[in-house]
Amino acid sequence: MSAFVGKYADELIKTAKYIATPGKGILAADESTGTIGKRFASINVENIESNRQALRELLFTSPGTVPCLSGVILFEETLYQKTSDGKPFVDLLMENGVIPGIKVDKGVVDLAGTNGETTTQGLDSLGARCQEYYKAGARFAKWRAVLKIGATEPSELSIQENAKGLARYAIICQENGLVPIVEPEVLTDGSHDIKKCAAVTETVLAAVYKALNDHHVLLEGTLLKPNMVTPGSDSPKVAPEVIAEYTVTALRRTVPPAVPGIVFLSGGQSEEEATLNLNAMNKLDVLKPWTLTFSFGRALQQSTLKAWAGKTENVGKAQATFLTRCKANSDATLGKYTGGASGDSAASESLYVKGYKY
Amino acid sequence: TSSAAIKTNPFLSTGPPFVCLLPHLLLLLSNFSIFPSTMSAFTSKFADELIANAAYIGTPGKGILAADESTGTIGKRLASINVENVETNRRNLRELLFTAPGALPCLSGVILFEETLYQKSSDGKLFVDILKEGGVLPGIKVDKGTVELAGTNGETTTQGLDGLGDRCRKYYEAGARFAKWRAVLKIGENEPSELSIHENAYGLARYAVICQENGLVPIVEPEILVDGSHDIQKCAAVTERVLAACYKALSDHHVLLEGTLLKPNMVTPGSDSPKVSPEVIAEHTVRALQRTVPAAVPAIVFLSGGQSEEEATRNLNAMNQLKTKKPWSLSFSFGRALQQSTLKTWAGKEENVKAAQEALYVRCKANSEATLGTYKGDAKLGDGAAESLHVKDYKY
Repeated sequence: MSAFVGKYADELIKTAKYIATPGKGILAADESTGTIGKRFASINVENIESNRQALRELLFTSPGTVPCLSGVILFEETLYQKTSDGKPFVDLLMENGVIPGIKVDKGVVDLAGTNGETTTQGLDSLGARCQEYYKAGARFAKWRAVLKIGATEPSELSIQENAKGLARYAIICQENGLVPIVEPEVLTDGSHDIKKCAAVTETVLAAVYKALNDHHVLLEGTLLKPNMVTPGSDSPKVAPEVIAEYTVTALRRTVPPAVPGIVFLSGGQSEEEATLNLNAMNKLDVLKPWTLTFSFGRALQQSTLKAWAGKTENVGKAQATFLTRCKANSDATLGKYTGGASGDSAASESLYVKGYKY
Repeated sequence: TSSAAIKTNPFLSTGPPFVCLLPHLLLLLSNFSIFPSTMSAFTSKFADELIANAAYIGTPGKGILAADESTGTIGKRLASINVENVETNRRNLRELLFTAPGALPCLSGVILFEETLYQKSSDGKLFVDILKEGGVLPGIKVDKGTVELAGTNGETTTQGLDGLGDRCRKYYEAGARFAKWRAVLKIGENEPSELSIHENAYGLARYAVICQENGLVPIVEPEILVDGSHDIQKCAAVTERVLAACYKALSDHHVLLEGTLLKPNMVTPGSDSPKVSPEVIAEHTVRALQRTVPAAVPAIVFLSGGQSEEEATRNLNAMNQLKTKKPWSLSFSFGRALQQSTLKTWAGKEENVKAAQEALYVRCKANSEATLGTYKGDAKLGDGAAESLHVKDYKY
């Protein structure tokens, strides 16, 4: 048909649908070496391989979290790492019904002639890399495109470049057995209101789905990872119900029903904010033909990192903290979260970083 | 009559037309309780009304009678039953249709040609008032036919944008609340071309936003002709590509999707290819729509193309029986597939009116049931109900 149906089609559809299971979501643990270094610095932990391994082992062996997670996005290094008793992380995850995913983009570069807008790299030899990742046990991939809101942004060039890059990445993934998570993040930076964010998000998503159609991407075998629709970071906050209404309306106007699930990024939101917003969306009484769940990095790990602080004796406490956030978000995907999951001040801490780069 | 109808008639308001519909709709539409404000979609002063009217047209159990044949086209129909193409006969036919007992409750809208918008019944009542009182929204065909795209292999684009805003305003004053514009594409070796897809998609988008500025819900109709020997997969691929282009164009033009309707072709094999079952048509059609039509669109009202009355009904029924994600209602906007037997039965004779109206009621009821997936295939087949209505390279 107009969609490419290769040898992996059935598997892609099945995997995408599973990741979108209500009650489950994705842990984004794909921080690059540089980025995880910044996290470690904030808790005075040295950025060496054993510490990176220790953190991920802490997360992946946290008791009780497995039912809340359908997937974990990994950085390449982690895909090949093992637990302290020698079990590959991917095997541990798969045994627990948590699908390993892999970040495949190679970061952003500036688009010349624009006002600091970017495009994402990573298409070169992407097919071959996907094949390797599939052999190593990955079954989905992630590629982050970044757009910003400004007086004349996002420009038509930025929208087209990022949409087409996502489409090309997506089809290459599908050719090689990986479900592509399509992530067109519109940054929160700015003093614009929620209506502006909504307008931009709708325009960007419309361009993304046109590009996916042009490139023959099988939508049933993809996931979308968008920003929630919110006021800019310099604007007054609004209630979760307002964010939910604008976000779901934007998605209803642009995301075809064939897409099985939408896995939100948390942007600079605090752990609690992100959970409350996701919960409000799932409580909204309007027809939503895709599941709405999470693909959170900072918004799942922030308090856990602080509780761990790099010390073995803190692992149990850190894992309990992680479980709290996992359960809260699992409940949020069902519209059942009642708030105040932990009294931890870290949970309410904004994780916003201006001009955030991985 | 219709099983899903509102018991009270919301149209007998002397205030602004159809405003009193809203409370009824809010009860009916438990699936849709959000009325969005300004976003990337243009907000006209008519936004709430557009949303309410589009949703009403998509009421399960109801659909649209396409009675908008131009003077030339209706002439061909009348000729086929040996009736002279004069105004009184055109008026008589439409009166027959609009006063057929039991028919209006199966309908949420009727598309009219301009002449008909201003015509009256034999006892002096405006057709638009008869329809409104029957709970049926009057619609108006606003395009001015197709013209060829130079340099292509017989592909076309649709005219009608000049002065469209003024015309829509006039039609609104006359009682119309929705509009229709037919774009036409064809399947061939190199067709549809990118040019044809782009021109037709952007023509539809421009038409749509002009309608919304003037209070009319635009029906977006990108018809892919059934002509050809291609298989159903080819039709599906083309339909998906065309619909994706349409929704990109609608987004670019700031069209409020909640205040629109889609009128697509069903996905079928070409007219020169072997037929397939209604279930296969349903599967391919609904999948194509899932891949391209955003959930914000309240209803999809299929055109019947060259299908016989019975085929069109069975296909629609199969779609509504399919157990899969369908966030929009699936209904009908049939012309020939609602009127064929009626026309033949009438044959222009006064003494046949009652029987002809009964024939119309039979098709309306069958299609009403098809929108609910409850059609049992037992409609009393009128003269010609199983007759293919395919005319090669069909032009209005």
